[in-house]
Amino acid sequence: QGQFTLLRDTRTDGSFLVHHFLSFYLRAGCKVCFVALLQSFSHYSIVAQKLGVNLAAAKERGQLVFLEGLKSCLDLLFGVEEQPGQPSPLQFLSSDLRALFDFVRASLTPGDGDSWKGPVLLVDDLSVLLSLGAAPVAVLDFMHYCRMSVCCQLKGNVVVLVHSNEDSEDEENELVVNSLCHHSDLILWAEGLATGFCKDVHGQIKIIKRLSLWKAAEQDQVQIYQYKIQDRNVTFFARGLSAAVL
Amino acid sequence: LVFTEEDKYGLYSNLLFKFFLAEGIVCGHDLFVASAKEHPDNILKELPAPLLDDTYGKELGDEAAAKSEDFQDSMKIAWRYQNLPKIEASPTTYTKFGHYYDVSKKMSPELCQSVKWHSFYLHEELSFEPKMKAWNMNSGYARLLQSIQRIISQEGFDGSHPQKKPRNILRIGIQSLGSVLWGDDVCCGDTPEDPHSLTKFLYVLRGLLRKSLSACIITVPAHLIQNKAIMERVTNLSDMVVGLESFIGSERETNPLYKDYHGLVHVHQIPRLNSLICDVSDTKDLAFRLKRKLFTIERLHLPPDLSDTVSRASKQDLAGSAKLLSSGCGAMAIGKKHLDF
Repeated sequence: QGQFTLLRDTRTDGSFLVHHFLSFYLRAGCKVCFVALLQSFSHYSIVAQKLGVNLAAAKERGQLVFLEGLKSCLDLLFGVEEQPGQPSPLQFLSSDLRALFDFVRASLTPGDGDSWKGPVLLVDDLSVLLSLGAAPVAVLDFMHYCRMSVCCQLKGNVVVLVHSNEDSEDEENELVVNSLCHHSDLILWAEGLATGFCKDVHGQIKIIKRLSLWKAAEQDQVQIYQYKIQDRNVTFFARGLSAAVL
Repeated sequence: LVFTEEDKYGLYSNLLFKFFLAEGIVCGHDLFVASAKEHPDNILKELPAPLLDDTYGKELGDEAAAKSEDFQDSMKIAWRYQNLPKIEASPTTYTKFGHYYDVSKKMSPELCQSVKWHSFYLHEELSFEPKMKAWNMNSGYARLLQSIQRIISQEGFDGSHPQKKPRNILRIGIQSLGSVLWGDDVCCGDTPEDPHSLTKFLYVLRGLLRKSLSACIITVPAHLIQNKAIMERVTNLSDMVVGLESFIGSERETNPLYKDYHGLVHVHQIPRLNSLICDVSDTKDLAFRLKRKLFTIERLHLPPDLSDTVSRASKQDLAGSAKLLSSGCGAMAIGKKHLDF
């Protein structure tokens, strides 16, 4: 409860973690606000179906609030007329991210008939906001506001995906990622293997529990596993013990 | 969204671009060609002619038959390798996905006219201010987006005319995006005036593609873009990223290790759509060559390391390029390396 989880990927695609958290929280009965900037609704829907969750049904019953970034920006640009009094959440493209935050807060604030357990904000992925012209400070402010309102006020969880690269020249992105790392309670870092491509082990995941945030003398607890992604599932195993080796 | 990084002189990426369009014509898809460099009419006149299946099949069949005879002899020295499956270097006749093209012949005009095609030549478009005021984007890009969106909705690729007869696919080809000809200075220096134009354009294009039955190939002179941050962002926004590195003018042209090939193919990213997994092939080392008639992409085979005269410098080079080949999934160790004892 009240946890900020950062999903990070380097040299590989960490979106399987996003799919996991989406189906996990929906199955747990939480109200989820999913800001999906990079892929279409049908993409998530198809994968969620393999994982046993029906996104369309969740949207129907109000458990899932889905912001499809790609579609919204098309409506914004090519839309015939704007609905008065309902600025698009992607209005930020001309100003700051306030409209996006208002959208998030409005969708997660519990309504009258709501009986969901705990609100959850899921973002895929934050690095896209930088590509669209938002300043890194604006992105950090947005995350800060979200964390305050979702984690602290509403006692919910926030899960955010960012991309990063070693030797990245994208300084703005690195700034955002490093800053978020410092403020996260839990970091799940999916990396491609340092030794190169392997058919049986798709990458390794570092799980960092930031105990140092809460207690001064504690060290962060780091666990490393390797994983292989399959069609409906991801298998995790200790380093060096992939099924292909045993 | 297939994003292609052009090779230095644009020869081979142009070829790939034309193959994409030619394939569209042969399959009966509609085309949309956009360019700031050449007039789309000229591009369409230069498309390669499709090869009739039987002649190519026969040629390849002969080659394959000759090769397999050699392999029947059991291996005497490298007997450990005998159990490994034979590596197919070039596409076999069994995989009939797509068509093959003859680069030396041009596509007949009748075939070209058989599909509906739309063009966008930047310098011919009227210079009106695009309606997209909400975004500060380069006006060339904005006009292109507007044009694409108009075609998509007019022709019903986004499902807006359900009563129209069989749904078709729109193949979009955009040439040399990001070059100076489009009015974008991202290729000119390290700090372009509007670094977000290209990425915003790609994001909106991605939205348009996801919403309609279309596929798009973009070629970009990536070697000119000095701001690597933009390249990273662009890679994130595309589904598939392929880089072509030709050997023309580089020291690799005369390197005996690469004598059979004209260049390397770097696959930086493969699409992971509608699924947790993606279709990763076994090998990451691909090279291309342009024979008299055919353009083939094959696994990179190093010739056997027989001579000592191949200098160590080239081996280091190869190791260096092996690192460069790494990206989403890391590099694969290239076989025969010089062993140090």
